[in-house]
Amino acid sequence: MRAERNPLLIGLAVVVVAVALAFLLSNYHLFQLTMVVAYAIAILGLDMLTGYTGQISLGHGAFYAVGAYVAAILMANFNVPYWATLPVSAVVCAGFGFAFGFPALRLGGLYLALATFALAIAVPQLLKYKLLEDWTGGVQGIVISKPDAPFGLPLNQDQWLYLFTLAVGVVLFVLARNLLGGRIGRAMRAVRDHGVAAEAMGIDIALLKTRSFALSAMYTGIAGALGAIAVQFVAPDSFAVFLSITLFVGLVVGGITSLSGAVFGAIFIVFLPNFADQISKAAPGAIYGVILIAFLYLAPKGFAGLLRRLVGPRAPHLAAPASSTPAAPPRPARAKN
Amino acid sequence: MRNGSVSLPAEKRDWEQGARDARTAGEVVPLLRVEDLVVRFGGVTALNGVSFAVAERQICGLIGPNGSGKTTLFNCISGIYRPHAGEIVFAGHNLARLPRARLAGLGIGRTFQNVALFDSMSVRENILVGAHHLGRSGFIANALRLPVVAREARAAEAAMADLLDLLDLGAVADRVVAGLPFGTRKRVELARALIGRPKLLLLDEPAGGLNHDEVANLADLLGMLQNRFALAILLVEHHMNLVMRVSAKVVALELGAKIADGTPDEVRNEKRVIRAYLGEASDAGAA
Repeated sequence: MRAERNPLLIGLAVVVVAVALAFLLSNYHLFQLTMVVAYAIAILGLDMLTGYTGQISLGHGAFYAVGAYVAAILMANFNVPYWATLPVSAVVCAGFGFAFGFPALRLGGLYLALATFALAIAVPQLLKYKLLEDWTGGVQGIVISKPDAPFGLPLNQDQWLYLFTLAVGVVLFVLARNLLGGRIGRAMRAVRDHGVAAEAMGIDIALLKTRSFALSAMYTGIAGALGAIAVQFVAPDSFAVFLSITLFVGLVVGGITSLSGAVFGAIFIVFLPNFADQISKAAPGAIYGVILIAFLYLAPKGFAGLLRRLVGPRAPHLAAPASSTPAAPPRPARAKN
Repeated sequence: MRNGSVSLPAEKRDWEQGARDARTAGEVVPLLRVEDLVVRFGGVTALNGVSFAVAERQICGLIGPNGSGKTTLFNCISGIYRPHAGEIVFAGHNLARLPRARLAGLGIGRTFQNVALFDSMSVRENILVGAHHLGRSGFIANALRLPVVAREARAAEAAMADLLDLLDLGAVADRVVAGLPFGTRKRVELARALIGRPKLLLLDEPAGGLNHDEVANLADLLGMLQNRFALAILLVEHHMNLVMRVSAKVVALELGAKIADGTPDEVRNEKRVIRAYLGEASDAGAA
């Protein structure tokens, strides 16, 4: 019972603190936290595919970009309210994910990583494509305006946007927790751990992987929409290949197959570049690299793994895949008759 | 019908009713029927027109020296290989045309020669995956925790609790399977297959890697499970004593063809079986 309740209490405490921060921090810091929530959702989406289902994607920046552009185009060109863009982004990205996942998942492991990487390279250029320029604004991108707090709430724009994003994030995390902790999440991990055995348990691998891909793209697309609304601007170069790699870094640093890991990973990728910049204006990239390597050395299973080691054993399904393999079974000796 | 503490599902009762009807109609319908099965790998014919049948609730042992084709046959029945000719009919379905993921739903459970567990997951979770095909709830139902999800989870967990008990896995239920001893891992695999309520259980060398006492226990266990869950079991096994002890029927293969089919005593005394085994005695152990 306690093991059931503790994560819930911790989750509640985190949400209470996160809400309180809206009234304690400066607008700029609130903007940063808004981005943390958006990236946490994106990393959670990536985790569903890469962590749970075992399919490496180096191209989730593409889905983030599509989600961002759908929101920006709807707001700038069609006067759709910001909150109504999220479900549209979700549906469009899920559709893209399904369409891309269907053929892509026939590619195994590293080949899938390359296929998704190609997607990450292609999407920013497609966004500059002339025929789409009326909508996408071409290289210039699209500027959108920041929403005001509704119902005359005494909140400034940054506070409101942060709380709105946080609320969406909490809902998405709860839904993900339900899904990943149950029958479907188990099936995803089963497919990752041993495909043939998973099939023998009646799991349709192709269908499960394609749906996971769609779900993963959907989460990342919603994150993109939230990010676009917070940044108030989308342009092709905001979504270069580096974004995909950054999300992947966040996933690994946070710790795969862990909801809290997605949040840690997002904190890492939002704040580390600033931190590296403060240490050395000349070579922030080098500082970033050194910190990253040091971190992976000290916490090979990410923040979530580190936390587990410090706090003690947690729910087994949150454990990262075991690296140890059992001793090889002795060969069967045939009895002679 | 015997009903153990693991309750039988409605569809299983329906199916057994159907089997009884077939019997009363004067026709014995085998649960699994393999007919003229041919499998080739390049120029090598691994199986050359093998036929046999397994009745419901029957334990059938499949034996043969190395390279006789028994693993190929096992892999055809479990959907890993597609035969070039012949058919495999299970409870009215031709398995050769079905996707592998459908087999569990028809009532075919299996274990693997080298134990194929989901290594990052606990014993409990591994067993629950075995109940996957009994559930219908999808992504949306699970994300929203609709009532159907809780209902399915309760059913699966009740069945799991019984199996943990039955297979003596209670003490390790929350352990990650990767670090468990081989014999324990085999029992987890068995539990994972049984929770899916199979009518036919395919066991690939269940005695492999077990010591003498464990093999004796396994023989008792298989008999008990067969009885309790009304199972038919198809057993591919090197361990001759185990096969002869638990099987009601033994099928012997050599070089891709059937050389004997009958009770353990009949097969044991069949000249071709004796010759096939004695001629191969020197390379025992290489599976």
